[in-house]
Amino acid sequence: MSAPAATHAYIALFVSRFQLMLQYRGAVLAGFATQCWWGAIKVMILAAFYGAPAAAASAPITLSQAITYSWVGQGLLTLLPWMADPDIATAVRTGAVSYDRLRPLDFYALWFARAAGWIAARVVPRALLMAAFACLLLPLLGLAAWAWQPPSAVMAALLFAVSVVLALLLSTAMVMLLNIGVAALLDAAGLNALAAPLVIIFSGSLLPLSLLPDWMQVALLLQPFAGLLDIPLRLYFGQLSGPLAFAGLGLQAFWITVLVLTGRYWLARVLRRLEMQGG
Amino acid sequence: MPQIIIEHLTKTYRISERDPGFAGTLRGLFRRRYRRVEALRGVSFSLERGELLGLIGPNGAGKSTTIKILSGILRPDSGLVTVDGLVPFEDRRKHVARIGVVFGQRTQLWWDLPVSDGFALLRDIYGVPEQRYRRTLEELVTLLRLEPLLDQPVRQLSLGQRMRAEIVAALLHEPAVLFLDEPTIGLDAPSKLAVREFVLRLNRERGVTVILTTHDMQDIEALAERVIVIGHGRVLADGTFDLLREAVRETHLEVPSIEAVIARFYALHGAAET
Repeated sequence: MSAPAATHAYIALFVSRFQLMLQYRGAVLAGFATQCWWGAIKVMILAAFYGAPAAAASAPITLSQAITYSWVGQGLLTLLPWMADPDIATAVRTGAVSYDRLRPLDFYALWFARAAGWIAARVVPRALLMAAFACLLLPLLGLAAWAWQPPSAVMAALLFAVSVVLALLLSTAMVMLLNIGVAALLDAAGLNALAAPLVIIFSGSLLPLSLLPDWMQVALLLQPFAGLLDIPLRLYFGQLSGPLAFAGLGLQAFWITVLVLTGRYWLARVLRRLEMQGG
Repeated sequence: MPQIIIEHLTKTYRISERDPGFAGTLRGLFRRRYRRVEALRGVSFSLERGELLGLIGPNGAGKSTTIKILSGILRPDSGLVTVDGLVPFEDRRKHVARIGVVFGQRTQLWWDLPVSDGFALLRDIYGVPEQRYRRTLEELVTLLRLEPLLDQPVRQLSLGQRMRAEIVAALLHEPAVLFLDEPTIGLDAPSKLAVREFVLRLNRERGVTVILTTHDMQDIEALAERVIVIGHGRVLADGTFDLLREAVRETHLEVPSIEAVIARFYALHGAAET
């Protein structure tokens, strides 16, 4: 198959999974309600924290930025790699994965396209609902101080958009590692339990990374999970601008490359074993 | 030169075991025990283009392993396999674009997608040009009477309907070779007839080479001119359906039961086995 035809195949896999996931509207609404609830609690905690004058003066981001961070973080919650793709876990357990091996496609890319479609379909409706709620509805209700604020500049908005797309790829590369782990161990629950605490702390989902201690800052920015949420938001606020903005995007691209190469190498080994043992 | 060549194929699985009960579980934590199961012990046969071969044998005889090796999913321990000159597990991507496979016990269609969406996705995966896809789909859908089901999600199909949809799914890219692993398992009589009639036409009219495994002797009688009996990972018999009938003549059955045929060939080879 020629290269463009193959690309077409991966896009079709992505789109098909995206459409399929959008069918599950109940899950979207339930998730959205929970995320509003958690967002409100986080906003209140941050407000209490910034209430102390000493803390507010020395904080690297303003209260209004921290509040925006929380709402965006809640909107993009399902962008994070919380667990292995459940479809792939099921396929591995039932042996339906044999059919995946029968497709004339690159096996890593086949799973990657599907997983990316799964993540995108989970995040897009939730993010839009959250923006409507926190960015539009809250100011209308006279709660502008607690709302999701627009980006610092048009350039910042563009950089943020690019960075979120990179975050999707980065998250998919991480989900792929979980998928491959599931194929190797035939169990999803344990791996998923391992992933969640790492993701919640190091992506910035729990607390903006810049609010963590100063001596950790460099390490926090360089580690792979920062590219999932914290780097996009630093671009949104203009904390990373000019050449630093491109360094931020470059860092995301770097981790995507590393994780994809790692995943491909590992998958090849796991498949080799499945070919031997009869998966 | 034959289209499909298999020579001295061997395949061993390593199966982990543990003693039953809690004590066995504990022991299993520290010391793993493995048993080697020889699935194939030197299987050889070859197939010309356009042949229709039935593969029979008891469960665990090595039928599915053979199909999986031919499909490029499994790698044999030793032996030679080529399909149209390609080694399935070495040239996987090239090879799988040219074959169609149906595993009767599994589904390749997306459970929550309407049947036609699943077909369209396969069209994109195999890169089938739109016009060609429409023509093939229309033909297959008419032959297998699938028209009224195209808009239904796969999970709502009956087993017989699903199997017909699976067969269409395996043929949308017009493969030259079709592997059917127990395509009639669990089907009622009319569904079985529909599948048989269709496979026969595909083979006769299109010249598609077919290998199918089954436990239903009527499948074999209706379809295969050539039958291979596999048992204990070896080819016990390779010949025409009449040859099988001849071999079990003393049972006086109109259609010999598959058990009778297998038992007969096991008996013939019994001395060599144990």
